Amino acid sequence: MSDKSHDELEPLGLVDLTGPHRSALVPLPIASALPLAAVEPMPWRELRSAIVAAVAYGGKLMALFGHRAAGSDSPAGSAWPDLWAVVHLGARDQVCVGRARLTAPRFDSMTPELAQAHLFEREIAEQFSIDVLHHPWLKPVRYPPQPRPVVGAVAAGGVGSGAFYEIEGPGVHEVAVGPVHAGVIESGHFRFQCWGEHVHHLEIALGYQHRGVERALESGPAQRRVHLVETVAGDTTIGHATAYARVCEAVAGTVTSGHAEGVRALALELERMANHVGDLGALAGDVGYLPTQSFCGRLRGDFLNLSQQLCGSRFGRGLVVPGGVRVGAEPSLRRELLAKLDAAVADVDEAVNLLWESASVMARFDGTGVLTKLQARELGVVGPAARASGLERDARDAFPAGTAFAWRAHWEPVTERAGDVAARTHQRAREVEQSAATIRWLVAQDDAWQGPAAVPCGTLPPDHIAVGIVEGWRGEIVHVGITAPAGGGFCRYKIVDPSFHGWSGLALAMRGQAISDFPLCNKSFNLSYCGFDL
Amino acid sequence: MLNALRARLHQGHRTLQWPDVPAPVMPERYRGLLAFHPDKCSDACRLCADACPTDAIRPPTGPQGQGFQLDLGACLFCGACEAACPTGALHHTRDWRMAASDRAALHLTGQPLQLAGALDEKLRKLFGRSLKLRQVSAGGCNACEGDASVLTTIGFDIQRFGIDFVASPRHADGLLVTGPVTENMKLALQKTWDAVPAPKIVIAMGACAISGGPYAGHPEVHGGAESVVPVDLWLPGCPPHPLTVLDGLLRMLDRLPAARLKDVMR
Repeated sequence: MSDKSHDELEPLGLVDLTGPHRSALVPLPIASALPLAAVEPMPWRELRSAIVAAVAYGGKLMALFGHRAAGSDSPAGSAWPDLWAVVHLGARDQVCVGRARLTAPRFDSMTPELAQAHLFEREIAEQFSIDVLHHPWLKPVRYPPQPRPVVGAVAAGGVGSGAFYEIEGPGVHEVAVGPVHAGVIESGHFRFQCWGEHVHHLEIALGYQHRGVERALESGPAQRRVHLVETVAGDTTIGHATAYARVCEAVAGTVTSGHAEGVRALALELERMANHVGDLGALAGDVGYLPTQSFCGRLRGDFLNLSQQLCGSRFGRGLVVPGGVRVGAEPSLRRELLAKLDAAVADVDEAVNLLWESASVMARFDGTGVLTKLQARELGVVGPAARASGLERDARDAFPAGTAFAWRAHWEPVTERAGDVAARTHQRAREVEQSAATIRWLVAQDDAWQGPAAVPCGTLPPDHIAVGIVEGWRGEIVHVGITAPAGGGFCRYKIVDPSFHGWSGLALAMRGQAISDFPLCNKSFNLSYCGFDL
Repeated sequence: MLNALRARLHQGHRTLQWPDVPAPVMPERYRGLLAFHPDKCSDACRLCADACPTDAIRPPTGPQGQGFQLDLGACLFCGACEAACPTGALHHTRDWRMAASDRAALHLTGQPLQLAGALDEKLRKLFGRSLKLRQVSAGGCNACEGDASVLTTIGFDIQRFGIDFVASPRHADGLLVTGPVTENMKLALQKTWDAVPAPKIVIAMGACAISGGPYAGHPEVHGGAESVVPVDLWLPGCPPHPLTVLDGLLRMLDRLPAARLKDVMR
């Protein structure tokens, strides 16, 4: 264990953000970049206090990652990475950046005070062979090949190995599922601690889809970058590509046209609708209600086909590029898409309403897999899962893109309260309606669709940091880019998919449930394996 | 209950009529099979090759497109080469038929593509009217999975051809592999393959499973399904259109009506 115990640390109280810790976090205006020199490194203890305080005051830890400084930014002989934190202070637009410099291959975990840091800290331990002292469950996250040794309490081997949380007692047994699942689903491993049907604990072990996306964005060929972000999570192509484009545009100082903003927003909502409608059908299928399953299975395709008509790909491939969009949408196309959309939305409405009036469906949905608002907030859960538990958290409201469309005058998040499968299903259905209303509103703003589809993005200047935030269909997508000392590319690129925190939410929601309800609970979150594994 | 019946009447019969009738036409912007016109290609130019994100293009070495080759198995169908080509020698068509039985057949030159042929008679007898597949997601992005599972919806209703996805490799006649085969999925893919009773087949779906796709060359991946299992059918695309998949499967099982084999698409 450590050579430094908790007793030596100052107690962590709530810190007034107007006080001395305020300076630990530097404001980062959305759609602009900061020179790295503007973010002074400080001792981890100070940054840690500032983050814990900011979250206590209603903020959220958006990203925490290691980066070994290079070039002019590096002190001579810096063997350990700087820890960079991106923190949302809670109010609209308020994002801050902080940086801590390590002087030894270890730091004190903030997870005991801040649960939402737990995976970030495990990730840093895995990527830099650093010990995170007092972390309650310091396991690897993705098991990259040729791993650096993970230090700390929990030993590691290859993917899926290492200790799992276990319980013992009469009648207690363990159920292991995956990595290959029974359906057409991505790969991952679930380990249930059960007593009969009753699930006491679920541990989710991923990493099977790890394919080195972040590393390739830092060192791979430039013309591949946009395709790598498009495939971070293939069902969220528009979401991730837009987050990446915003990072590039923020660093390069590029202003995209209203037309580009319109196309991106339209494509993002189509992506949301396709996925939500598909999941509504799958939720019906998981409780054996075939009418909605059948109708929605077909209708999901209708939304994918709208994306295909817009950009040539059912998954939005090849549309979003830094500087704008590869193809525009002239008024006639916008209206044609809207007409088809309206027809599909009416069919969805009919198909989904069957759920609410079927007692056998609602008996399975109601009260199943509850994630409380407090749990969602503490774990940093985002997206429909967080909103279904009552958290009013939506990047379309907090960080609307551009200025061509008056988002804030028009738009506010919808939420549910119960946090169960029924609430998450309602949430999806209401978000489909909201997306349709958003698209109608977008298409009606003819005056806002000005300018070219794309402008040149310009070159990326060296030694800057910028953030791109997009509300993908699963929730808030955060990309953080640090540009290389030579410029033109990134020396660190951090992706936080909404699933990163969501999986922990699913694990908690399964506690006390029947194991037979797992497929239903899982589908109600429908998280991404590949977006987590990167 | 009455509402469910009313909805059923209103939603109607929505299954794709193809292959009984000619194929649906794709929208104008759909990026399907690439067409190469050697007569328009200049050997002084390598703009398409430079623009390609996956190095799928070998630029011409002589006049009239001599030596030019585009690997459809590595192609992401992103449109970058078409946009870069100054003479229109390379462009996307709206043809979604591009499944092949041989890896080499995916190397596009100026010649017509050799589309997938039928399995040998023994396998066709076994699988022609009932093919059960176990899908293994070996590290992709979930887009191939999305458009594989769409085949089981009423829109495509792949079960009408006796094809379906099953939950266990023990019940399967073969594998549908997606993803570049990450190091972390290699063992699971091998074990799943071993658990399928022989005779058995493998279908590689998407650029990742064929060549590694956008992850080709990453130390975390193995460059496609064939690094672990022998492949019988290659389905290009990123992801392949569901029709590309269905067309490939029906060709492999010799289930396409003769009229469909003569269809021409542009």
